[in-house]
Amino acid sequence: MAASETHQAIETVFRIERARLIAGLAQMVRDVGQAEELAQDALVIALSEWPKTGVPKNPGAWLMAAAKRRAIDGFRRNKMLARKHAEIGRDLEDEVGVENIEATMDDDIGDELLSLMFTACHPVLSTEARVALTLRLIGGLTTDEIARAFLSNEATIAQRIVRAKRTLGASGLAFEIPRAQARTARLASVLEVIFLIFNEGYFATAGEDLIRPALCAEAQRLGRILVRLAPDEPEVFGLLALMEIQASRLGARTAPDGAPVPLTEQNRARWDQLLIRRGLVALERAEGLGGADGPYALQAALAACHARAHRVEDTDWTRMAALYDRLSQVMPSPVVDLNRAVAYSMAFGPEAGLALVDEIAEAAALRNYAPLPAAKGDFLFRAGRLAEAREQFERAAGFSRNAREKEFLLGRAAACGG
Amino acid sequence: MRVMVMVKATKDSEAGIMPSTELLEAMGKYNEELVNAGVMLAGDGLHPSAKGKRVAFDGPGRTVIDGPFAETRELVAGFWIWEVKDMAEAVEWVKRCPNPMLGPSEIEIRPLFEAADFGEALTPDVAELHDRTRERLADR
Repeated sequence: MAASETHQAIETVFRIERARLIAGLAQMVRDVGQAEELAQDALVIALSEWPKTGVPKNPGAWLMAAAKRRAIDGFRRNKMLARKHAEIGRDLEDEVGVENIEATMDDDIGDELLSLMFTACHPVLSTEARVALTLRLIGGLTTDEIARAFLSNEATIAQRIVRAKRTLGASGLAFEIPRAQARTARLASVLEVIFLIFNEGYFATAGEDLIRPALCAEAQRLGRILVRLAPDEPEVFGLLALMEIQASRLGARTAPDGAPVPLTEQNRARWDQLLIRRGLVALERAEGLGGADGPYALQAALAACHARAHRVEDTDWTRMAALYDRLSQVMPSPVVDLNRAVAYSMAFGPEAGLALVDEIAEAAALRNYAPLPAAKGDFLFRAGRLAEAREQFERAAGFSRNAREKEFLLGRAAACGG
Repeated sequence: MRVMVMVKATKDSEAGIMPSTELLEAMGKYNEELVNAGVMLAGDGLHPSAKGKRVAFDGPGRTVIDGPFAETRELVAGFWIWEVKDMAEAVEWVKRCPNPMLGPSEIEIRPLFEAADFGEALTPDVAELHDRTRERLADR
């Protein structure tokens, strides 16, 4: 094998092992920055050793042993040895053999990786920092990739990550998996970060840097890993279900000219049935764990109503109306209320939609929000109140900042007659 | 990217010789690793081709051919669908697989087509559908 090929193979092995490596090392040195450096050191050692010896049978354990040895060397070299470090060093020497690591790695690794996720999404960090750190430490993206994904520049992202690591270092975290009440709040932060990553990719427009749509796949991967690490948490399955089902439509929601295709107009034959099936299974798990009323599970259940309908006409709008009733309770938001009104109009007729939409018409958050008058216009149109419908469509067109959407709305206004 | 990973058949698999307990165990552990890493989307083993059928196409003609089929090395005995970052990652994961057969065997990795790979081929169709639904909505 050519040297460059060997290098590529080694780097691929490293990429697969990296997150678990950093997780284990962070637990040991109690510092994610240092853990990341030690992992990198292990890669450098592997790049010099493996071309001679071949890739070892258990590369993960090998890399971990190399990194731990490097950590001990570091502790020893340091003349100002703190007592704590000496102790850690002694503990390490006892267990640094590859066989030992191999034996213990599989058992602890899940907890360590989960702990790293909790740490990267710690509330002491800003949301942007949590996202960047999660992608860097667990996703293995480079700072350049993260910068491109978030339409930022590399220096900004690099600085954000450095500062986040410093904040974590200074806060003296225990690198433990939070228990009881703290766990729920901390888990919510992890889920929020993963969903933010997903949405950043989902709302990337066609023709943009490919790294942006790839964020969806990365978020799904994180979700799939997380359900294995926290198999008793219904909302983890709820989020995974939501992402899998949303992602199933990725190929169908953009027209060849780049224009977004609304859900009801999509070619459903292009929806990814494998992802839909995975999503439905995850949703079932969430509900089986008693989490049917979690905000992610409810959103997934709504997405599932569309996924199950082979034609738009088959959509179970009555069920969707009921799900929106519950969602508006657990996650109150004017946007949820608007969607609820749409579901009601489809399930029970335009008058039902109108009754609900009038209640939210004055919500400050939806002022100048085109979808509100657009929905109202649609209800009025279907109720045969054409003059009022026309007025609403024109109003919506006035709010819209998207040329294609504006054109569509003006077309609907024109269809109302003069 | 998505890949299909195919375990090629051998004389043994075609003869219906079932894997040993050890191999089943090792495979189970390997599958678990794939799931834990968020790589595995689907996968299954296939019965020998003796239980399979082929439909041969020739213009309007359709001929059903019963298994078993001769070219053992070209047959598939099992498959996975994986989500990986690139082919190098898929290769690395395949290397970690226990030998799925008693004797020498092969696993083949093939990337799945993605929407982007079709380029212009899908466009007229989709565009037409798009326009049609727009008209229908406007009529409503």
